[in-house]
Amino acid sequence: MTKYIIRRLLYMIPVLLGVSLIIFVLFNVVSGDPTAVLLGKNATARQMADLREQLGLNKSLFSQYLDIVKSAFTFDFGYSWATKQEISQMIWQGAYPSLCLSIPAFVISTVVSLLISVFVAYYRGKGIDLFVRVCCIAGMSISALAYILFFQWFFAYKLGWFEISGFEEGFPNFISYIALPAIIWIVLSIGPDVRFFRTVILDEIYQDYVRTARSKGLSEITILLHHVLRNAMIPIITYVVIQIPSLILGALLLENFFSIPGLGGMTLNALNSSDFPVMKAMAIISSVGYIIFGLISDILYTVADPRIKFK
Amino acid sequence: MKTNSLWKDAFIRLSKDKLALVSLIIVLTYFFVAILSALGLIASNWSQEVGASNLAPSMEHFFGTDIFGRSVLLKVIRGTQVAMSVGVAASIIAIPIGVLLGALAGYFGGWIDDFVTWLYTTFSSVPNIMLLISITLILGKGIFAVYIALGATSWVTLCRLIRGEVMKHKEREYVQAAGAIGGGHFRKLFRHILPNVSHIIIINTSMQFQIAIKSEVILSYLGLGVQGEPSWGTMIDDAKLELVRGVWWQLAGATVAMFFILLAFNILSDALRDALDPKLKGK
Repeated sequence: MTKYIIRRLLYMIPVLLGVSLIIFVLFNVVSGDPTAVLLGKNATARQMADLREQLGLNKSLFSQYLDIVKSAFTFDFGYSWATKQEISQMIWQGAYPSLCLSIPAFVISTVVSLLISVFVAYYRGKGIDLFVRVCCIAGMSISALAYILFFQWFFAYKLGWFEISGFEEGFPNFISYIALPAIIWIVLSIGPDVRFFRTVILDEIYQDYVRTARSKGLSEITILLHHVLRNAMIPIITYVVIQIPSLILGALLLENFFSIPGLGGMTLNALNSSDFPVMKAMAIISSVGYIIFGLISDILYTVADPRIKFK
Repeated sequence: MKTNSLWKDAFIRLSKDKLALVSLIIVLTYFFVAILSALGLIASNWSQEVGASNLAPSMEHFFGTDIFGRSVLLKVIRGTQVAMSVGVAASIIAIPIGVLLGALAGYFGGWIDDFVTWLYTTFSSVPNIMLLISITLILGKGIFAVYIALGATSWVTLCRLIRGEVMKHKEREYVQAAGAIGGGHFRKLFRHILPNVSHIIIINTSMQFQIAIKSEVILSYLGLGVQGEPSWGTMIDDAKLELVRGVWWQLAGATVAMFFILLAFNILSDALRDALDPKLKGK
């Protein structure tokens, strides 16, 4: 067990080197000379050379790669090209609004989806089960953009129930700003979540131990909550844990539409101004998050399910 | 008892499923419209003014007109061409890479397996949306960059699935038999194992296709996708400012067009999985 965990921990290193390699190839090799974009058409050769020097683009490719690898461990990403701010500072500031939106939305959507799934699993094969499944598939077939646009226009603009956009720091103030994007987040995730949770729960329901429990005379609801859900929790927990790093990135599109000054909005601003260091930093941070939570989810899986053998 | 091949069996089961058949027809219709549009037979005059600016949907203009008086219906058709082409291009890039790497890794194991596993773990460690926007930004905005970006992200799942399935198959008796009569590694892998795992390619492509369509719409909305041509994403972007003035038909046109193709692919993917995955047979 410990051996397995140590091996998985060590495996993070080559993966992190690989992620740095992808980012390096994209932004430092394929991208060409960014100084032409940054300085505009009228830049002299001298100015471009100076800027290259300043941005560290004169270094050998290998040491540029090493810089990226180093930043994955130190989280020191240098300065933004567009705002000249220190990037780690920007990320620190952007994390607050992002998390204000993503944590409540994530928690509520997971709980609601789980409740719906248990409910439809209880009534499996009945009309209500079919109805929920149809709603899930139909809901997943509508573009996220359409939901955001329609909800913002209808609930914030037409009915005026929520703020149209913006953000304010501090508890209760931010609620009126994040309420609507959080609702949209929940609506968007219920479809795929319920579909997954329902499949997992139904996979368990046809197992032999459930038949045994039934033959003992246990009520259907006891079986569902005490036996089935406990076993179904293993894949459900790993599914939930693996999504946690996406909270760091916030919801790119939601933050953009509602002008929430979080990390998602920051990433899109960087995209529009070709701000490579910020894009690189966000790519590295979110990948590190994915790797760490992927590891946690794998370990949880093996801890929770004794049937899994370690190699 | 007479037994059918996997494919014939799957076809019979699929054709009994009315909903799946309807979905298949919808998908084929979208392909047909996209091909006609690509050949310039329909909607080639989408940029022409057909009426006044921002006309509401009517019998004359089914989906209304946009701010320049262009037909929204024709723009939706051009958008269909873009969306379907992205799905096809992403599959053309992803299938050979995913199948080849997955098959080699699963069959040979050893350092090849280590390398391929590392490669797809690395790619799946970068959040998809970050990889997509980075690649399209670096390669220069446009539809070509979107093709590459989606191809580069969608081979990962296929590779992982093929690897796992080939690993299971390589010890089976039929493969040993092929070896016993003198079949080499490549013969065993490509003539014997691959046909038996190829259903995974079909199921996975059907699922990746909807992801490709959704991603294209988001990338185009962000201004990274197709330039100077209508796409469902750019139409939704236009609608962002129009909704306030009560102009809802561009949003509706793009959303409805997207809704039916995604719904069809969703249902079809499920039906294909049920029909082709022998593990679920009889359930």
